[in-house]
Amino acid sequence: MTTTLKDLTLKIWRQKGPNDAGRFETYDIPEISDEASFLEMLDILNERLIESGLEAIVFDHDCREGICGTCSLMIDGHAHGPQRGTATCQLHMRQFTSGDTIVIEPFRATSFPIIKDLMVDRAAFDRIVEVGGFISAATGGAPDGNLIPVPKPVADASMDAAACIGCGACVAACPNGAASLFTGAKLAHLNLLPQGQAERFKRAEAMVDTMDEYFGSCTNHGECEAACPKSISIDVIALMNADYRKAKFKNRKALSRT
Amino acid sequence: MSITLDAKIPEGPLADKWDNYKENERLVNPANKRKFKIIVVGTGLAGASACATLAELGYQVEAFTFHDSPRRAHSIAAQGGINAAKNYRGDGDSIHRLFYDTIKGGDFRSREGNVHRLAQVSVDIIDQMVAQGVPFAREYGGMLDNRSFGGAQVSRTFYARGQTGQQLLLGAYQQMARQVGLGNVKLWNRMELVDVVVIDGRCAGIVTRDLMTGEVSSHSAHAVVLATGGYGNAFFLSTNAMTCNVTAAWRAHRKGALFANPCYTQIHPTCIPQADDFQSKLTLMSESLRNDGRVWVPANLDETRPPDQIPEDERDYYLERLYPSFGNLAPRDISSRAAKRAVDSGRGVGPLKNGVYLDFSEAIGRLGADVVKERYGNLFEMYERITGEDPYTVPMRIYPASHYTMGGIWVDYELMTTIPGLYAAGEANFSDHGANRLGASALMQGLADGYFVLPYTVSNYLAPFLNKPIPDTSHEAFKLAEREAADRFSRYLSIGGTRSPDYFHRELGKIIWDYCGMERNQQGLEKALSEIPALYDEFQKDLNVTGDGESTNQTLEKAGRVEDFFELGMLMCHDALDREESCGGHFRSEHQTEEGEALRDDDNFAHVSAWEWTGDPTSPNLHREDLAYEEVKLQTRSYK
Ligand SMILES: Cc1cc2nc3c(=O)[nH]c(=O)nc-3n(C[C@H](O)[C@H](O)[C@H](O)COP(=O)(O)OP(=O)(O)OC[C@H]3O[C@@H](n4cnc5c(N)ncnc54)[C@H](O)[C@@H]3O)c2cc1C
Ligand code: FES
Repeated sequence: MTTTLKDLTLKIWRQKGPNDAGRFETYDIPEISDEASFLEMLDILNERLIESGLEAIVFDHDCREGICGTCSLMIDGHAHGPQRGTATCQLHMRQFTSGDTIVIEPFRATSFPIIKDLMVDRAAFDRIVEVGGFISAATGGAPDGNLIPVPKPVADASMDAAACIGCGACVAACPNGAASLFTGAKLAHLNLLPQGQAERFKRAEAMVDTMDEYFGSCTNHGECEAACPKSISIDVIALMNADYRKAKFKNRKALSRT
Repeated sequence: MSITLDAKIPEGPLADKWDNYKENERLVNPANKRKFKIIVVGTGLAGASACATLAELGYQVEAFTFHDSPRRAHSIAAQGGINAAKNYRGDGDSIHRLFYDTIKGGDFRSREGNVHRLAQVSVDIIDQMVAQGVPFAREYGGMLDNRSFGGAQVSRTFYARGQTGQQLLLGAYQQMARQVGLGNVKLWNRMELVDVVVIDGRCAGIVTRDLMTGEVSSHSAHAVVLATGGYGNAFFLSTNAMTCNVTAAWRAHRKGALFANPCYTQIHPTCIPQADDFQSKLTLMSESLRNDGRVWVPANLDETRPPDQIPEDERDYYLERLYPSFGNLAPRDISSRAAKRAVDSGRGVGPLKNGVYLDFSEAIGRLGADVVKERYGNLFEMYERITGEDPYTVPMRIYPASHYTMGGIWVDYELMTTIPGLYAAGEANFSDHGANRLGASALMQGLADGYFVLPYTVSNYLAPFLNKPIPDTSHEAFKLAEREAADRFSRYLSIGGTRSPDYFHRELGKIIWDYCGMERNQQGLEKALSEIPALYDEFQKDLNVTGDGESTNQTLEKAGRVEDFFELGMLMCHDALDREESCGGHFRSEHQTEEGEALRDDDNFAHVSAWEWTGDPTSPNLHREDLAYEEVKLQTRSYK
C-alpha cells in the first residue's frame, strides 16, 4: 500500500563550478509518496525551485533503471545510498522514514572533479578503457560465433564482471580513491574469455598502469564491493593483481628477446 | 523545394542486391581514407560501431555525444536480445525467413531491399560481437544459446542475461575506445548538436553547444552521420532514458532532411504500470518474459480477490485465447492493443486497475524457481525494487508504454538523408521496421548500420571529393547557425515565465499519448492539432528557465529539447491524420476489422510518407515514396 512520508529535510551540496567553493543548502520536503524514487523526489524539488525562480540542482542521471551508470550520489555517506546492490536511480523512498534528514553529496574523489553541484567528471574511466579495455578485432573477418566454444561457467564468470556499469561508486567509496574494482572488472570480463587471451597480459599492464596515473592505490579495504550497485566481487581485483604481476614478468621477457 | 525520393535500391534479384551494390560502388583507397573527415553524432550502438569501423578503415573520425561517456547511450538499457538468422537451432530459420518475418512484422510498410540486407548482415553481427568478447549466454557445451521473441516461430534471439544492450554497447564502445586511444577518433563528450549546416546543397558540418560551458561552436567534415536515437520521449512518459530527444534529427529536418512516418511509434506491451502522477519515466519488463509468463486478466468485471485466489476458469488468458498459434508471443502492437482493451473493459488489475497480469506460476511449477531465476533474475529484482512486490509469488502487473519509434529521418538504401553528405543510422532513421518493429531487431539494425552498411556506402559518396578540403567554419552559413543557436538559448533564459520545461513536456506528452498513442482517430488528432499549438504558445510566453547559460544548466538543455518535441508532436499528428488506414503501431479506430484488428489500405497507403519542413510547423509538406514489393505478397497479418 502506498504511504506518504512527511517532513524530510535534505542537505544538498551546491557548488557553482569546478573552481568555486561549495556548501550545503537545506531543503524541506513536506510530503512525498513512498512509491517515488529518490530521483523523482529531486525532480519534484527542482520543479519547485524553478517555479519559485531559483536554480535547479544539477545531478547526473539518465536510464533510471540502474544500467547506464550515469547517476552518482553520496546519500548519507553511502555511494548510491543505503540499499545494497542498488544504484541511486533505483532507490525508492520506501527506504526512508518520516522526519529523516538526508545528506546528499557528489561522488568525492580527486580523480572525479566536480562540474557543478552533484555532477562530477568521470572521464578518467574512459582513459583506462582506451589503453586496453578491448579485444582487438577489427570489423569484418570474424570467424563463426560458435567456432570457439565458451564453457558456460566461463561465460557466466565473464558476464558477472562485465555487468559493471562504470558509475564510479567503487572509487567514491574507497578511502584511497582507487579504481581497482572498475579496472579489475573490465580485465576479468576480457581476460577470462578465450577470445581475450591473445592480449591478456598486454591489456593487464596497460590498464593498470593507466589506472595508477589517475587513481589512488588499492589497500584492500573492500569498501568498493559493498558500494557496487552490481555487487561485483572483489575477487576481480585478485585476478587483476595476478595478471599484472605475470604481465610485468612476461612483457619484460618479451622485451629482452627483441 | 523540388524533391525526388529515390531510394536507390540496387539492381538484381533481392538476394543479390547488396552484393551488386558492393561490387559497383566507388571506393576510396586505403591511403586516401585519412584525407577524409567524418563526423558521427551519437555513440549508441549505431554511432559507436560506425566510429570504430570508419576509424579502423582509416578515416579521421570525430564523435559527439551529450553524454559524459559513449558507454551511457540509451542502447545500454536494452534487455532482451538481438536477432540473427544463424539457424543454430536447426529450427527452420534462414535469412529469407528473418527477412520475411521483419517485413510481415512491420505490416508491409518497409522496403524489401533494406530489410533483406539487414537479415543478411545479421549473421556477421553475432560473429563480430563474439570476437570482441561479448559474453553471450552459452549452453553447457559452450555453444551460443538462443531464446524466442514475439512475432517469430523460430528461436533466433541471442542474449546476455537480461542486459544484452549493455553488453553489445560495451563491445562497440570498447572498439571505439581502442580507436580513441590510437588517435583515430576524437571524442567530444557532453557536447550537444544544436544545428546542422548545409552549404551549396551539401552537409558541411554541425554546430554544437558545450554542456559544461554553454559555448556554441562549429565543426565541419566531408560527411556527417546522425546516430542520435529515437523520439519516444515525445510522450513524456516512456521507457526511454530521460535524456533521449529528437533535437539532432529535428534540426536536420529543419535544414532539409525529410522526416518519414513520424506516426509509426511502438507501444511496448510489457512495462510497469504508472503508479502516480509524479512519475518521471516508465520501466520496461523485457519481452523475453513472455517466453514463460502468461498474460491474463480476471474474467469478471467486479473481481476483487488477490490473483492467487482467482480460480483458473475465472481467468481470461486473452492472448492465448485470441491468438492460439502465437499466444503470449503475439507481436507488440497486437499485444498492446489487447491489453488496452482488457483494461478499458474494466478488467484491469492493481490498485489503479491500470494493468494486466504477467504470471510465472506455471513456469515456476514446470521449470522450478531456479531456472526461472537464471533466465529472468535481474528483471524480477528490478520489478520488486520498483513495485515492492515479489514476482516469484505475486504475478507481475504490466501495461503498454511508449518504447520505440519506427519513424525517423528518411534515408535511401545508402542511409543517406535528403541532404547529400548527411547520413542517419540506428533508431534515428526510419529504414527497416515499417509500421512495427519486432523485438530484438533494433539492436540488430543499429549494429548493421554502423558496422556493415555505412562503412561501405560512405565511400561511394566521398570518392569524388578526394583532396577537397573540409568546409571552412568561418563560412557565413556556420556563423549564422551559431548566432541562431546562441539566440535561441538566450531567449529561453529571458522569457521569465512561471513554468518549468518539464511542466510543458508533461502536458505535451499527455496530449500526444491521448490522441496519437495506442489508438487514434480523426476527431482526436484534430483536437491534438489545436491543443498542441496553444500549449506551444504558452511555452513561448510562460517558460521559466533559471540559472545561466555559461555553466551546466540542465533546465536550459531541457527547454531546447522540449521546443523540438512541440514541433515534432505536430508532425506526428499530421502524419497520423493523413494515414487513413491502420497498420502496425498506427491504429486508426475508423479502420479496423470486425474483430478489431488493423485494417490496411494497400491501394492508397503502400507508401512511405516523408515530410518536408516548410518553416511553419502547422503546415508540413508531404512527399510519398511508393513501396514496390517484388518478393513478398501483401497479406493481412495473422497471428491467430
Ligand atoms: C528499455 C528498452 C529496452 C530495449 N530492449 C531492446 C532489445 O532487447 N532488443 C532490441 O533489439 N532493441 C531493444 N530496444 C531498442 C534499442 O535499445 C534502441 O532502439 C537502440 O539501442 C537505439 O540505438 P541507437 O544507437 O540508434 O541510439 P542510442 O543508443 O539512443 O544513442 C543515441 C546517441 O546519440 C547521442 N545524441 C542524441 N542526440 C544528440 C545531440 N543532439 N547531440 C549529441 N549527441 C546526441 C546520445 O548521446 C547517444 O550517444 C530497447 C529500448 C528500450 C527503451
Ligand atoms: S540513471 Fe542509469 S544507472 Fe542510474
